[in-house]
Amino acid sequence: MSNEQQIIDESLTKDYEYGFVTDIESETLPPGLDESVIRIISAKKEEPEWLLEWRLKAYRQWLKMDEPKWAKVVYPEIDYQAISYYSAPKKKELTSLDEVDPELLATYTKLGIPLEEQKMLSGVAVDAVFDSVSVATTFKTELKKAGVIFGSFSDAVKNYPDLVQKYLGSVVPYTDNYYATLNSAVFTDGSFVYIPKGVRCPMELSTYFRINEANTGQFERTLIIADEGSYVSYLEGCTAPQRDENQLHAAVVELVAHKDATIKYSTVQNWYPGHPETGKGGIYNFVTKRGICSGDNSRISWTQVETGSAVTWKYPSCILKGDNSVGEFYSVAVTNNYQQADTGTKMIHIGKNTKSTIISKGISAGQGQQTYRGEVKIMKGAENARNFSQCDSILIGDKCGAHTFPYIDVRNPSAQMEHEATTSNIGEDQLFYCNQRGLSTENAVSMIVNGFCKDVFKELPMEFAVEATKLMEVTLEGSVG
Amino acid sequence: MLKIKNLHAGVDGKEILKGLNLSIKAGEMHAIMGRNGSGKSTLANVITGRESYNVSKGDVLFNNESILDWSPEARSLAGIFMSFQYPIVIPGVNNTYFLKAALNAKRKHTGEKALDAAGFLKLIKEKLNEVDMDPKYLQRAVNEGFSGGEKKRNEILQMLTLEPKLAILDETDSGLDIDALKIVADGVNNFRNADRSFLVITHYQRLLKYIEPDFVHVLIDGQIVKSGGKELALELDEKGYGWLES
Repeated sequence: MSNEQQIIDESLTKDYEYGFVTDIESETLPPGLDESVIRIISAKKEEPEWLLEWRLKAYRQWLKMDEPKWAKVVYPEIDYQAISYYSAPKKKELTSLDEVDPELLATYTKLGIPLEEQKMLSGVAVDAVFDSVSVATTFKTELKKAGVIFGSFSDAVKNYPDLVQKYLGSVVPYTDNYYATLNSAVFTDGSFVYIPKGVRCPMELSTYFRINEANTGQFERTLIIADEGSYVSYLEGCTAPQRDENQLHAAVVELVAHKDATIKYSTVQNWYPGHPETGKGGIYNFVTKRGICSGDNSRISWTQVETGSAVTWKYPSCILKGDNSVGEFYSVAVTNNYQQADTGTKMIHIGKNTKSTIISKGISAGQGQQTYRGEVKIMKGAENARNFSQCDSILIGDKCGAHTFPYIDVRNPSAQMEHEATTSNIGEDQLFYCNQRGLSTENAVSMIVNGFCKDVFKELPMEFAVEATKLMEVTLEGSVG
Repeated sequence: MLKIKNLHAGVDGKEILKGLNLSIKAGEMHAIMGRNGSGKSTLANVITGRESYNVSKGDVLFNNESILDWSPEARSLAGIFMSFQYPIVIPGVNNTYFLKAALNAKRKHTGEKALDAAGFLKLIKEKLNEVDMDPKYLQRAVNEGFSGGEKKRNEILQMLTLEPKLAILDETDSGLDIDALKIVADGVNNFRNADRSFLVITHYQRLLKYIEPDFVHVLIDGQIVKSGGKELALELDEKGYGWLES
């Protein structure tokens, strides 16, 4: 058996590092979905009448919709009646970390994100989402001083109902697509951010997601509003425990950037990818992420590092409505073993002099299948719109695949479009060259892959960049063949 | 330092080396000459442990230890270096990073402390001078967009940085103009000392004008058919290989 084959085999038998389950009492609804379930969710969360109505409208819409089948992914039929739509840790409404279940804190420690330490050292405010209800929010007071609202979606519904009502569904309407519509009906919690006029958010805002309840779909809802001239950088990262049954995740993220505002949204995603030999049990990640640059000179930047999940269906997009607005999408996606990803972005140019940049780096190893699907649309009124797209794929081994579907729709002749695409593989000659210089194969792969991803990693906030590099190492460990 | 005993080796099931014997002592410079397909590159690849090459018989000893079971990186860390005939491009990985990683892997192996960025930069600037390379090469990706001559100089730069005990120079003269050839030869000559050994693989004696070998071996059909001093290289240049073939 060759050395490289051995490394592959070792990686196949390596258990998911973060595969553990925290034993915390939860309050969980039995599986199934009908209007009464939605009413219960809404009632448990003490929501206003308009929100319940909105949920019900979404639910009725959803019943008329079909699951989309156009993505290049294959997975067994999802039984939406077998999912429990609400699960919350019993203990809630904490004002300090002392009140947090010690076991929960231990979980965070295992994940390498001790809240206390983060509070003191890194200056990152953490709105920790554990299952569906936020249980700990830090740095609230400091953010309050700056006038920044950052907290759970449920709290925002209670405390800032007008803001929520004004913006909820304004970027991703409840009729948008199958998963977004389902989310609109049953979402349980998520994050809410509002940055007032002229405020530069004093710290990176960060949410760690964690799916922890068997058979509980996660339906997060995040809404970020950057008012005129404001700036915010938001970080989303997650890991999940090992499960036998597939876990559905259908989140919705809406971003609104007003005049002269900038939103930077970074994601490092590392959900359980499924059993390495069968692909069984991994997370289905069907996410709708969209931002609108509604005001002139506004900017939205999506940066994502996708290393986990069994199936990923995700297209963070920008609607460039304001003149001179800028949309950016920087993505690294890794598919190893049996992972499948169909991901990309949409840039819709409406305003004049709007500019978009797409940098997508796909890495496929094992039997991983990966698709880049992107659309750039230049509307009639978008004078002098510009787009630059670069989609690169790297293949490790000969059983994986990479596919690129760029869609371009130009309705204004002044548009400038550039598209570059490459596909390469990590060659035996490259590895031998590194080996001959004393570097192990694993180090060589990691070095080559990180070099490949550099253009995206440099867009990540520092602490995420380090985490991303580590994740790549763990994800691709021994994938060479 | 290096002892090759009755080596039979090949690639894809085809035997290329057919009972090769060679012994290189510390401080010696050996040249292997031969036509294309005589097995010169196979020999280099077998010594450095490239996986696609199989040894069917014989042994390769480095400092009296058989290294045939060693991984390529273990051989490198033990002090075997090869200057590639066709240096490999690694996009996205810059030279500084690559060389520093390689040097620190070696330092770790020998129990030395890893060099930090500043320490490495100081060291590499000296080495760059020796091969007359502009520091801006450091910022470029490994061998990407390098001319043939730049690639070869980069190989020698790596050799000077990693300070191997045995350096195999595989067709290092090919693709070099006369100026670059002199620079490379100077780099190699300055690097020569009583503890280091060299195995220079070449078609022509061009390089050997500048790098004087202690021994010259002629490789034909996987075997060394004649060995001699540096004058053998000149003789080959005049007469070709025909007179040595049976």
